[in-house]
Amino acid sequence: MTERVPVLKIGDVLLVSIQVDLEDQIVLDLQEDLASRIVESGARGVVIDITAVEIVDSFVGRMLATTAAISRMLDAETVVVGMRPAVAITLVELGLSLGGVRTALTLEKGLNLLARPGNDRPAQR
Amino acid sequence: MSGLPPVPGTEHQTITIESNDDVVRARQLVRGLAQRCKLSLVDQTKLVTAASELARNTLVYGGGGVMRLGLVQRDGRTGVTAVFEDSGPGIPDIDQAMTDGWTSGGGLGLGLSGARRLVDDFTLETEVGSGTQIAVTKWAR
Repeated sequence: MTERVPVLKIGDVLLVSIQVDLEDQIVLDLQEDLASRIVESGARGVVIDITAVEIVDSFVGRMLATTAAISRMLDAETVVVGMRPAVAITLVELGLSLGGVRTALTLEKGLNLLARPGNDRPAQR
Repeated sequence: MSGLPPVPGTEHQTITIESNDDVVRARQLVRGLAQRCKLSLVDQTKLVTAASELARNTLVYGGGGVMRLGLVQRDGRTGVTAVFEDSGPGIPDIDQAMTDGWTSGGGLGLGLSGARRLVDDFTLETEVGSGTQIAVTKWAR
């Protein structure tokens, strides 16, 4: 499997839109790609768009949480956007509330969140 | 299969779970059947998520195995059953394995306990040294 999720750069934000059914290795590759792209590009924010993602299990949930933590250490904030209602309900029932991950309902709101001044403080927790 | 009668005229499918790709395929098959069974979108999502956790457990902890899948009925209701079976090391302490946060591997320890919360029926049979079988069912409302 050489399939990779593309990482796009818009200004000082990296955008990842997940459009494939996530196989575990793709998830791990994405996490590494994002970490190196943050450092290469000096990006201040990462937006992960999961609008097309039908399920988030504990593996993908953990990836979202660790990606947020890694990017925070590399001086970038992560926002997960577009979570479906059924995915949110399932994640909470599964026992993953993604406490350290910032979310926004839409891509636009996510980008606004990152653009807001004073937003370079680490998130709570 | 899981002790429940199949819906007449439907066939049960069996797929092997030997790679990450098979986990994806297992999810897709469960989703297809959940839609056919007319589960609500939330229930479909819960069942597919549970199947994803259990398929990954079969691969990672059981060393690979099979998933059997089909439509079943009970008391006039239709449901989707998925049975995950491996010939791995088995689970020595079921209570511990079902506890949130406990893991024998590198995971979060939410797979088994979380999957049980996401489905209506959950049965686990395991024997140390010979394998584990987990059956889950979600019923249409």
